[in-house]
Amino acid sequence: MNQTLKTACGVGLIGMGLGFYAKQAESLPAMAIRPPGALPEEAFLGACIRCGLCVRDCPYDMLSLGQLGGDVAAGTPYFYARTDPCEMCEDIPCVAACPTNALDHGLTDITDARMGLAVLVDQETCIAFQGLRCEVCFNVCPIRGKAISLEYEHNTRSGKHARFLPVVHSAACTGCGLCEKACILEEAAIKVFPIHLAKGEIGGHYRLGWEEKEKAGQSLVTPDVKHQYNLPEGVRYDLQGRGLIVEPADQQPEPFPSDPLKRLNQGLEDQ
Amino acid sequence: MMAEKSVVGADAITSKGWIKAHRWLILRRISQLSVLGLFLVGPLVGLWIVKGNLAASVTLDTLPLTDPHVLLQSVLSGVSPELSAVVGAIIVIAFYLLVGGRVYCSWVCPVNIVTDGAAWLRRKLGIRSASPLARSTRYWMLLLTLILPLITGSLVWELFNPVSMLFRGIVFGIGMAWVLIVGVFLFDLFITKNGWCGRLCPVGAFYGLLGIGSVIRVVAARRESCDDCMDCFVICPESQVIKPALQGVDKGTGPVILSANCTNCGRCIDVCGKDVFQFGTRFYNTIENASVRQADDCTGAAVHTDNT
Repeated sequence: MNQTLKTACGVGLIGMGLGFYAKQAESLPAMAIRPPGALPEEAFLGACIRCGLCVRDCPYDMLSLGQLGGDVAAGTPYFYARTDPCEMCEDIPCVAACPTNALDHGLTDITDARMGLAVLVDQETCIAFQGLRCEVCFNVCPIRGKAISLEYEHNTRSGKHARFLPVVHSAACTGCGLCEKACILEEAAIKVFPIHLAKGEIGGHYRLGWEEKEKAGQSLVTPDVKHQYNLPEGVRYDLQGRGLIVEPADQQPEPFPSDPLKRLNQGLEDQ
Repeated sequence: MMAEKSVVGADAITSKGWIKAHRWLILRRISQLSVLGLFLVGPLVGLWIVKGNLAASVTLDTLPLTDPHVLLQSVLSGVSPELSAVVGAIIVIAFYLLVGGRVYCSWVCPVNIVTDGAAWLRRKLGIRSASPLARSTRYWMLLLTLILPLITGSLVWELFNPVSMLFRGIVFGIGMAWVLIVGVFLFDLFITKNGWCGRLCPVGAFYGLLGIGSVIRVVAARRESCDDCMDCFVICPESQVIKPALQGVDKGTGPVILSANCTNCGRCIDVCGKDVFQFGTRFYNTIENASVRQADDCTGAAVHTDNT
């Protein structure tokens, strides 16, 4: 009996140790992305039996299994988008191979997958933001034009060009990582993050007035009185557009330019 | 403790020849390496006969096999598996119900080669140490592996399990898991004889329980020929299972080794110079089945208590 108690206590202590270490070992690094259909991380770690069948059935060999001493829980599948992104097979063979629903068999359309979310993390290095033409991420995106769109914007630096800015839309992005792989920079400016890192969340109490207005068919508060601007002649104000507009009056030459050099030259030009 | 011979089974080698005195050992190594080889020809040669690993596999794209212990942990963590996984587990369970649960340990598990190696070196170096661990520890470990998924919702044991680590490591890339395997080897070599498989491993405990009623068993069919050389006790990783069958004639115990902890490894058959043991079934476990023992043979019985 004494021996039994000792053994039970000893094993109990081992269990506590294992449990605490396991909690630590389960923290997935942000750059490791689970295959399509993966359950939320907590549930995934209970469901995945570490058989590697998803790895074997992936035709692109981009999945790896975590190894002891590595960052990802031993035996569980993951991929790094920068080196081996998901190629988004239509028949999703990795999900079909999973014997335990750790990769949810309810996922039948790969465009419904949410492996993560691409985020343009660094506008300072993304060359599209410098006004250079790139658009590689936009072009390689398998859900072209929907997951990443190009927004045109005036290039204030050159004054005469446009900037073609890639913008990710979470409603369509599957987190496959093809954009991150394709990014031409030394270190990608667009990266796939797990959804919980990539997305903000608005407070549940928050209401957006214009959406509520659309739903209700009218403004929910008393509409503002249209503002009257008292401006000098030849000046207009466009509230939702160009701002203050000075209408060009008939050009009169300045009688006395502020630049003295100009003043001296003026006499010469007249002759 | 008796003086150990330099070579266990020397009598058997003399009387039967080296090959016959290692027959089951050789077959076992072939079996263990073949299982591993089947999983390896896919990644190495591109011939996909079997995919996956011991946790779950698919053979020839049709036959699913699932480790019931791993699947049970997964289910306890709150998951409903696919039908193929359940079918795979049922096939595995049915197989081991028939041939003996711990056949998994001695004929399939790769850690067995490691721990057998440690036991061999231990005999060669003459290392002896009293075990600090009870044999029942493995059942507590088994309980632990099933409770942790319940509490944490995660397959905690599979983060540590040397059995799946070693096999998966060889098939998919081993990482630092070899440290764990060296640890098991050193533990068995210096701390406890057959310590990992015989006292700690919850996988072995699970398969042991699975094989409690298994049909195929080792039988001390000619126990009257036993000359008390003790070779079988020295070589057996679970030597406590031998005594009732081998020496239980006076207590009315039959010659079949019924203990679920017997791994059906067949080493006792190999090392016995008198051909006392053989594979048989659990039925016909009557005293009449074994030939009547000579009264003189019983004298040594009291001395041969299992020291573990």
